[in-house]
Amino acid sequence: MDLVQQVLMGNRRATARMLSLVESNSPQARQALAALYPHTGRAHIVGITGPPGSGKSTLAFAAAKALRAGGQTVGIVAVDPSSPFSGGALLGDRIRMQELSRDEGVFIRSMASRGHYGGLALATGDAVKVLDASGLQVILVETVGAGQGEVEIARQAHTTIVVEAPGLGDEIQAIKAGLFEIADIFVVNKADRVGADAAVAALKSMLSLSDAPTGDGWKPPVLKTVATREEGISALLDAMTAHWAYLQGSGERQLRDRRRGEEELRRALGAELLQRTLVRVDAQLWEGLLEEIAQRQIDPHAAAERLLESYPMLER
Amino acid sequence: MSEPKVRILIAKPGLDGHDRGAKVVARALRDAGFEVIYTGLRQTPEMIAEAALQEDVDAVGLSILSGAHMTLFPKIMQELRRRELEKVVVFAGGIIPDEDVPALEALGIAKVFGPGSSTQDIIQFVRQRFSTD
Repeated sequence: MDLVQQVLMGNRRATARMLSLVESNSPQARQALAALYPHTGRAHIVGITGPPGSGKSTLAFAAAKALRAGGQTVGIVAVDPSSPFSGGALLGDRIRMQELSRDEGVFIRSMASRGHYGGLALATGDAVKVLDASGLQVILVETVGAGQGEVEIARQAHTTIVVEAPGLGDEIQAIKAGLFEIADIFVVNKADRVGADAAVAALKSMLSLSDAPTGDGWKPPVLKTVATREEGISALLDAMTAHWAYLQGSGERQLRDRRRGEEELRRALGAELLQRTLVRVDAQLWEGLLEEIAQRQIDPHAAAERLLESYPMLER
Repeated sequence: MSEPKVRILIAKPGLDGHDRGAKVVARALRDAGFEVIYTGLRQTPEMIAEAALQEDVDAVGLSILSGAHMTLFPKIMQELRRRELEKVVVFAGGIIPDEDVPALEALGIAKVFGPGSSTQDIIQFVRQRFSTD
């Protein structure tokens, strides 16, 4: 039986192998992903993001445990940064989740960002598809510790949870722009600490200021959790379920799926065009342009234009 | 296509009280360009093997200080085999007496790094096992 069939049957070893192929972007992975794609789109994809130290891993663990108690199967993709210097990575998110590694209804995979910015690895979206096709019902995607710009998760997930914790400095500063806008659910974790209520109040007041959706739109709730003691987790699960129901009922899910599809098509097209252009480029022309750029005789944009002029079909 | 990265699980079986050595090795391997998955203290053989499976690692490094290696390592190797992970390279370090090494090697443990080993020795071992040429 081939690897694709085994993944579809939920074979864990095959799923793990497939994830590695996808991560290394092998030609085999492309074919496999094409075969898996019709079997995706069933799982509820939930992003968990927030600043370093806010408790994302512990929250993912607690949520996964509660989902399991409710009979759902869970995939977790946990992304940690690769070193920009060595290319290596230390992936430690499993430390908080090891209790789940004996549960056959859970599949946890650590991913290094491998030089990709935005809080995820380039292959995270495809990894999620593999887990989705393997039949897992809820997939939690934990981002790299995120600041203001790491908002890519919102395009990958159906439901985005933004985790904050009191005492990380100016909480509101940390999430004022990007993260604030992508949250479907806010969680103030470590809520047993001083300052938790202030953080909740600040978030709520910011929410009331923003031109939040009214009427039947979704209003992001602000929840308190103590993930280490698994407190507040059932309310979090309720909010996740409510948001999923909202997405389905309002047609917003189709909209988001479509948007994600477009994003992925654009990205694939860009990569493919670049690849095809590069293999056709005249090496001498290429080297000449590089030299001219270095000598400040031409700027990179103009150089790109000149390269493309040699392909009549790409004329403006 | 990017080249496949070597992924290594650093695991601590049993009841050791601290994991300084494991962390030093994990960091050294990261700095040498490997992707290292670290799972923390007090892992059962089953947890270690299952993590190795899900993470699809190329190698597992076991760190143990408690003296229970002759009990725990055979179980870990058995759990790995049960998951058809025979190809995963297993190496070990910590407080392991020289006289135990032959028995551990007979179990299929590729290399034992005793006290005094340098992180460079470990990096070199891993590099050699996974050199692409």
